[in-house]
Amino acid sequence: MVWVNAIIQGILTGGLYALFACGLSLMFGVMKVVNLAHGDLAVVGGYVALGVIAVTHIPVLWSFVIVVPVMAAGGYVLQRTVIQAALDRGVLTTLIVTFGLSVVIENALLQFINANSHSLGVGNAIITDSFSIGSHIQIAYLLLLIFAVAVVVLLGLQSFLSASRYGRMIRAVADDKEAAQLSGIDYRHVFGIAAAIAFGTVALAGIGYGMYSQFSPTTGTDTILLFAFAAVVIGGLGSLWGTLLGGVVLGVAQQIGSQINVSDQVLAGYIVFLLVLILRPQGLTSRRAQS
Amino acid sequence: MTAATGEQTSAPLLEIRDLTVHHGQLRALEHISLRVFSGEVYAIIGANGAGKSTLLRTIAGLHTPTEGAVLLDGKDVTKVRPEKRAIAGIGMVPEGRRLFGSLSVEENLQVGATYARKGPWNIGRVYELFGWMRDRRSQKTSQLSGGEQQSVAIGRALVANPRVLLLDELSLGLAPVIVQRIYETLPQILATGLTVLLVEQDVSQALRVATHIQCLLEGRTTLQGIPADVTPEQVEAAYFGLGPAAPPAEAPGEEQLWSGSTPSSRAS
Repeated sequence: MVWVNAIIQGILTGGLYALFACGLSLMFGVMKVVNLAHGDLAVVGGYVALGVIAVTHIPVLWSFVIVVPVMAAGGYVLQRTVIQAALDRGVLTTLIVTFGLSVVIENALLQFINANSHSLGVGNAIITDSFSIGSHIQIAYLLLLIFAVAVVVLLGLQSFLSASRYGRMIRAVADDKEAAQLSGIDYRHVFGIAAAIAFGTVALAGIGYGMYSQFSPTTGTDTILLFAFAAVVIGGLGSLWGTLLGGVVLGVAQQIGSQINVSDQVLAGYIVFLLVLILRPQGLTSRRAQS
Repeated sequence: MTAATGEQTSAPLLEIRDLTVHHGQLRALEHISLRVFSGEVYAIIGANGAGKSTLLRTIAGLHTPTEGAVLLDGKDVTKVRPEKRAIAGIGMVPEGRRLFGSLSVEENLQVGATYARKGPWNIGRVYELFGWMRDRRSQKTSQLSGGEQQSVAIGRALVANPRVLLLDELSLGLAPVIVQRIYETLPQILATGLTVLLVEQDVSQALRVATHIQCLLEGRTTLQGIPADVTPEQVEAAYFGLGPAAPPAEAPGEEQLWSGSTPSSRAS
């Protein structure tokens, strides 16, 4: 029964990991940018939420209504300026630029806020409660809520990409941006939209993480970026369901690891990550190998 | 002949003035000029590396010229971005088809119609032009044959209702029968009032449909005129860069290859 509990907890945390990862996967899939600042953006999302809550006094659960659009707008601007300029000089330059961005964000947070850990305390009794199934399985409402939000966001993103006009443009640009230009599409604008989605989703994940755990200026690269990478690699690039599966596999591996020994939690996740890299480098869901 | 009368009465729809384009150090085009009038089928012929594709890509805005200008309907568009030129009415079927491989046939056409101008073409009309397409509209284009992909690429350009359609090497990599079939749709396309600037290695195909031809060799114009006025010998000389008095004896064996009326047998 403790194992069943570990698996259930793993699946639920996997939803949060998938929410971290989907923006990373989208930015790579559309503009071939490996955003090394992705984890830091989640942390920024958390800090922006703290600020918004302090100023407006809106409930923590509703802070996303302001934070997500703000971060998405920031993503669009950053893509159209700094990241696009790097892309124009070659895809490798984007690695250096996003790495630099990551360093800048972390140090700015240390400089202007502090190194302390923060969390987004949910002052709501029901959401911090949990319910039990049998004697060993206890499910926190908060974790269940985060998982549900992750699934809804991934579902929405999937249907946006496959059915909407902008989604179609994003897929066309990802296939061949020059051919898209010949159809009148400004691929730089489309890149901006993809970045806005990536920043918005990672900010949402950052809020979820802040409610569920704690973050400090360095959490982005210490934890979140690596978990997001692992989820993307395990699931396979280019598929949102693959990302969800990757997140869930990572979450379950971590929970099973911690069941064996609490200090093995993170290690177990990375062992699965390495095994997938060795045995199935294209990921669990992807058919084509991706370089 | 309509072209000749058009030349006197109206301004060219598309004009290239003294265009020079470099690929790095290499000079791909040297002082090329041309004027395409409304309703014309203007064919650029030439061997591999003559600069034909570079010319079309520069007109579409995908290359920046070192010198010269591109004018659409009298307006200088040399500095205009490719997507803006597409919206202004320069449509292009690129070399190698360049379809969106993960999108379906219909989605490819929908992308083509995203910023469509007003005009006779729409997705339904493309389905009428290519009879097989409607039934297979939800198939991914990466699963289609080369000829089918070429048709989708043409359809994707048509639904935008361009004023001038640039066709880059429609015959490339396709069997002669398929090329024939694709060129047979051209009259139906032209009937809607479209102006076409096409690039071909397949000279016989180009001569059959063109109202005006221009031959490029290593980035320079070597011949131009109305197909009826040029002789196959002139085309051969311009295509291969042989001087008018070049004795055929110097190139034994080539005579056999040329036994057709045009060098198309070599090109395909």
